Amino acid sequence: MSICPVPVEHLYESLLTIRRSEERLKSLFADGEVPGFVHLSIGQEAVPVGISASLRPSDTIASNHRGHGHALAKGIGLDGFFAEVMGRSTGICKGRGGSMHVADLSIGMLGANGIVGAGIPIAAGSALAHKVANTDHISVAYFGDGALAEGVLHETLNIASLWSLPMLFVCENNGWSEFSPTKRQMAASLEGLAAAFNIPYSKIDGNDVVIVAEAAARLIGKIRQGAGVQILECETTRVRGHFEGDKQDYREADELQGLNKRDPILNCRLRLEEAGRDETWFQEIEQKVADLIDGAVNQATAASEPDPMFLGEDVYTPFQEGAPNHA
Amino acid sequence: MPEMRFGNAINKALSDAMAADPNVILLGEDIAAAGGPFKVTRSLADRFGVHRVYDTPISEAAIIGLGVGAAMTGLKPVVEIMFMDFVTLAMDQIVNQAAKARSMFGGQGSVPMTVRMPHGGGVSAGPQHSQCLEAWFAHVPGLKVLCPSNPADAYGLLRSAIDDPDPVIFVENKSLYAMKGEVPEDQGAIPIGKAAVVREGRDATIVAYGGVVSTAIKAAEELAKDAIDVEVLDLRSIQPWDEAAVLKSLSHTHRLVVAHEAVEAFGVGAEIVARIADVGFDELDGPIVRVGAPFAPVPFARSQEAEYRPTVNRIVSAIRRTLQ
Ligand SMILES: Cc1ncc(C[n+]2csc(CCOP(=O)(O)OP(=O)(O)O)c2C)c(N)n1
Repeated sequence: MSICPVPVEHLYESLLTIRRSEERLKSLFADGEVPGFVHLSIGQEAVPVGISASLRPSDTIASNHRGHGHALAKGIGLDGFFAEVMGRSTGICKGRGGSMHVADLSIGMLGANGIVGAGIPIAAGSALAHKVANTDHISVAYFGDGALAEGVLHETLNIASLWSLPMLFVCENNGWSEFSPTKRQMAASLEGLAAAFNIPYSKIDGNDVVIVAEAAARLIGKIRQGAGVQILECETTRVRGHFEGDKQDYREADELQGLNKRDPILNCRLRLEEAGRDETWFQEIEQKVADLIDGAVNQATAASEPDPMFLGEDVYTPFQEGAPNHA
Repeated sequence: MPEMRFGNAINKALSDAMAADPNVILLGEDIAAAGGPFKVTRSLADRFGVHRVYDTPISEAAIIGLGVGAAMTGLKPVVEIMFMDFVTLAMDQIVNQAAKARSMFGGQGSVPMTVRMPHGGGVSAGPQHSQCLEAWFAHVPGLKVLCPSNPADAYGLLRSAIDDPDPVIFVENKSLYAMKGEVPEDQGAIPIGKAAVVREGRDATIVAYGGVVSTAIKAAEELAKDAIDVEVLDLRSIQPWDEAAVLKSLSHTHRLVVAHEAVEAFGVGAEIVARIADVGFDELDGPIVRVGAPFAPVPFARSQEAEYRPTVNRIVSAIRRTLQ
């Protein structure tokens, strides 16, 4: 019997922060304020929130193209986040990465990723570093079910299992690989791959944050104690299109209509209402989150775009006087 | 000064780097127990243990990815790709991940990873085990590319590569592994981005790197018989390359030949020639000539392979052409 590692109130606030942030991005994108592609994770927030409830800043994660929730739940600041996604010089990556490359190395967020599957071996390498350093830190690889078809996942499952790396593979299975149902793309299941590579596997309802938090607490606890790699498959729902602007005409009306029934925020709210939280409490949280997001968006809007003069910056580590490797 | 083989110099550089910094780890196929296909990592697992020297599965993409993640988490991984040809399988991790992390994350950190890979022919290894693909990497912002031509440089450049905060592609010419040369007892790191004049001359400059440097020296000796005095510049570092050294040599000789084992078309030589034709135009008294491999996959048969790689004769004729 696992117990939720943090109060459900905290989980709720974290869910709400991600949801409201992405809803804000949705309208900013529609207004032309967000350049590039934006992949929203609306409907999937319970996964990173539940996982992060057991993570410390010293733990590391590697994410994918739908990574806003992973980044925010790991603790990336809203100001640096919004400024980055909006392409401002004050962004956490100086406006050079955008939505698909948000990273904050100071809290172990090793980056969203524009390449499907690519974060998975990076997370494993980070787990290897934790192991070599002989710490109890762990690493998480977040990926979608579409990444099951990438060879690098299979390679990494093999190595992680062989070397018993302190890492958790977290699959957010929303059934879709861009515009195609994953069942039309994969002959194997993650459960089958887990068995093939000898890795303990669990599958849970990824839209119930308490269930995710409890499962993560159990698995991450085991990993910290030296049990090695674990796989957690979270069944979840992609509510929006693959990216903003995607009309989703490849999805059936029935499916689209049913999506909100599994909403992780409503689900969590019901739990809190049962536990006695009243409307005022919910309104206070709502207001607090809205104020933080307003502040971040206002700052980002007021900030300048990066100066093209600096576009050659950070290609290499700056030359350091006296460093042995530079002339 | 002690003589050492090129392969042993690399082994010593790895060993000294590991002794100096506990964060240096090695990853690669068959590198621990077996010592690698060319025995370059021999005995390192015995000395440092299997938690510093990892025999990996045959998973090029994943092992480079592991290197990237380990580097971002505080280690200094040195990853071996068994033959440079196999790096095709790991291109995403090198080009989109390792090379980009520093810039796209706004300079928050870098990826201090070294990727060692043997290139080149001379052993009839055929079209999938002999290619020189360094130009691909030199084209990618964020990567540094080194290619030593002798044991002392192999040692010094590899020490620099491992210490460097950015990802470095370290290319070793297979035909050099057995080469003997002096490596000073106190050989230190050799700075990245600095070429070396390995033979002084007045009449023409040959710029070369890796396995072709010794061929270029032989060509210079050949031409000396006709009283043609050729300067040979060993690039050592391909990205960044030492433009100032090339210009300086050109200002003495006013003639330039660039020679490498890689395919001539769209290669490292093309970049050097284009740049020198621009910034060094006033110094040139003759056409710049390139010597590289023909536009064909590396052949297997000995007769063809010998002609495919730059020969003394081909370099000699190139010099004669620019002197005409
Ligand atoms: C290597 C690679 N191939 C293709 C793409 C284009 N692409 C981006 S996301 C995606 C689908 C990913 O599906 P999944 O992993 O299930 O994540 P989801 O979008 O469902 O969250 C594709 C094909 C890519 N970015 N990288």
